[in-house]
Amino acid sequence: MAEARTNNAANADRTAAERLGSVSTGNALELRGVTKLFGALAAISDVTLSVRPGERRAVLGSNGAGKTTLFNCVTGDFLPTSGTIRLFGEDLTNFPAHERIRRGLRRTYQISLLFGGMSVTDNVYLACLGVSRGRFSLLRPRPSDPIVARAGELIEAVHLTHVRDTPVGSLSYGQQRQLEIALALAGAPRFILFDEPAAGLSPTERAELVAILSGLPDHIGYIIIEHDMDVALRVAESVTMLHNGRVFKEGTPEEIENDAEVQELYLGGGHG
Amino acid sequence: MADVMPTTAPGKLILLERIPPPVWVIGLVLLVMPAFASNFVLYQIFGWSFILGMIALSLMVLAGYGGMVSLIQMTVGALAGYVVAILGTSGVTDISLGWPWWLHIPIAILIATLFGTLVGTLAVRTEGIYTIMITLAIAAAFFYFTRQNYGIFNGYTGFNNVIPPRLFGIDWRQSVPFYYLTLGCAALSYGAVVWMARTPFGLALQGVRDNPRRMSALGFSVTAHRIAAYAFASVIAAVGGILLVWQNAQVVPGTAGIPQVIDILVIAVVGGLRRPIGPFIGAIIYTVLSVFSSDILHAFGMSGERFKLVIGLGFLAVVFFSPDGVLGLWEKYKARRDENRDPLLGGGR
Repeated sequence: MAEARTNNAANADRTAAERLGSVSTGNALELRGVTKLFGALAAISDVTLSVRPGERRAVLGSNGAGKTTLFNCVTGDFLPTSGTIRLFGEDLTNFPAHERIRRGLRRTYQISLLFGGMSVTDNVYLACLGVSRGRFSLLRPRPSDPIVARAGELIEAVHLTHVRDTPVGSLSYGQQRQLEIALALAGAPRFILFDEPAAGLSPTERAELVAILSGLPDHIGYIIIEHDMDVALRVAESVTMLHNGRVFKEGTPEEIENDAEVQELYLGGGHG
Repeated sequence: MADVMPTTAPGKLILLERIPPPVWVIGLVLLVMPAFASNFVLYQIFGWSFILGMIALSLMVLAGYGGMVSLIQMTVGALAGYVVAILGTSGVTDISLGWPWWLHIPIAILIATLFGTLVGTLAVRTEGIYTIMITLAIAAAFFYFTRQNYGIFNGYTGFNNVIPPRLFGIDWRQSVPFYYLTLGCAALSYGAVVWMARTPFGLALQGVRDNPRRMSALGFSVTAHRIAAYAFASVIAAVGGILLVWQNAQVVPGTAGIPQVIDILVIAVVGGLRRPIGPFIGAIIYTVLSVFSSDILHAFGMSGERFKLVIGLGFLAVVFFSPDGVLGLWEKYKARRDENRDPLLGGGR
């Protein structure tokens, strides 16, 4: 009985995926039946999801819908209870987090996870170092070091050059969110998970965020978790709606926005 | 925890940083010390302080930069001393192989480093109190093993007459040469740690300490970095251990007994775990107390053997008033002084 229901859900997901023209091979990210149990509680159950290379997807859902758990499974913060995760065709399900990152996956955190005592430059330098060789180098970088140069470019890309030597702990909230994004852009990202990047930002900062996201190179796909529908629907070309840990709906932003069930559950029903 | 690190940007690094004047002054004083200090002070106070400081420095690397409190550092040092005694020369001619110094010293450092790294490999999968427990357990096991093993470690008696090789015709156990030998090794270790802290490896190690989860989400293998830190620290502990064995001319199980293992932690904490100079400050306090406190205790009509009581009370006082050790006290004082200074005109208010 339970099994039949799971199969149905999986089939429904698959048709939704087909409708978006992203079946089986050649996907940037492909989740099959990913389930994560915390004790008896299923934070996400049987999530099947595929994202094409370069596709920008928004994941919506109320609090507790399983959005961040989904991200944590994909980045390897913890392993899923069952299911498989593929990145550009490679099965990463049992890889440690750092191996996934070295393969081009990136993420930002809902609550900024930065190195508060280090300067902005040091933070971005670490991010660039993490995906380069020389992580164990005992030679101090020279100013001409390519990693240092790359860090400088990234800091400029997120408009933080004027505070590059400031300890991150004394940056404003909005600047810390921008730095979060810079860390995710280090190296050669192929796919990025943005966990509520707009949360707590002022309208001006939101506009800046939308500009940064829209300005990403076309080959970089991402999934963005966003409560703010204005932001989410402007930076995403497709939407996956999670509810109670399951994929509830998939479609284009317009389809989702106009879907009666979605409106009932999410847009109309308040943000929970 | 946030403000532990220097905030110099790596982009600004130059090969030789500007060395602040106090460092020059202290360096000069240390260099000319033999001109006015007695042999006893040179050998027993400074020589011993430099050695204990180095072993405590290896703990500072792990605890201060890596966030891992390891109690194995004294054992790593003692193992290096044992290897020197076994492969080199000692009074126990049945066991010692008499290999030349250029062979047995590098092998001793290598073996001790491998041992420290191996212990690290076991310990890095644990956190906090469990790291302390696992390293303490291995240290205790090493102590009892060396005490019971007569084939290699010569059991309870250990090795006597383990002395430094006569290089350049100098007897390195004389006070002045030994002072310079230990000063040189301590300065090199200190410099290596200061240098390491601003290398890619050191910066990443501090990142692992502050936020391991984020570090792995940046592509770093947290485990590998922690193990590498154990390897780095073990080299320093090994050199310190060899010097310690030379100073005492012997290595016995008690060289790394439980009290000695704990003393290294006390030294590092009393001095301060946040900066590489802290362990040396702690070591000087420790040696001065242990050498002179018996006289003071006698003056108060107490037994001279109670110097551990004085050290223990001092430890309590430091930890109570400043979790960052004596260095922390100094920084607190400086901060208060700067606070009282008029921001415009300078000087006291």
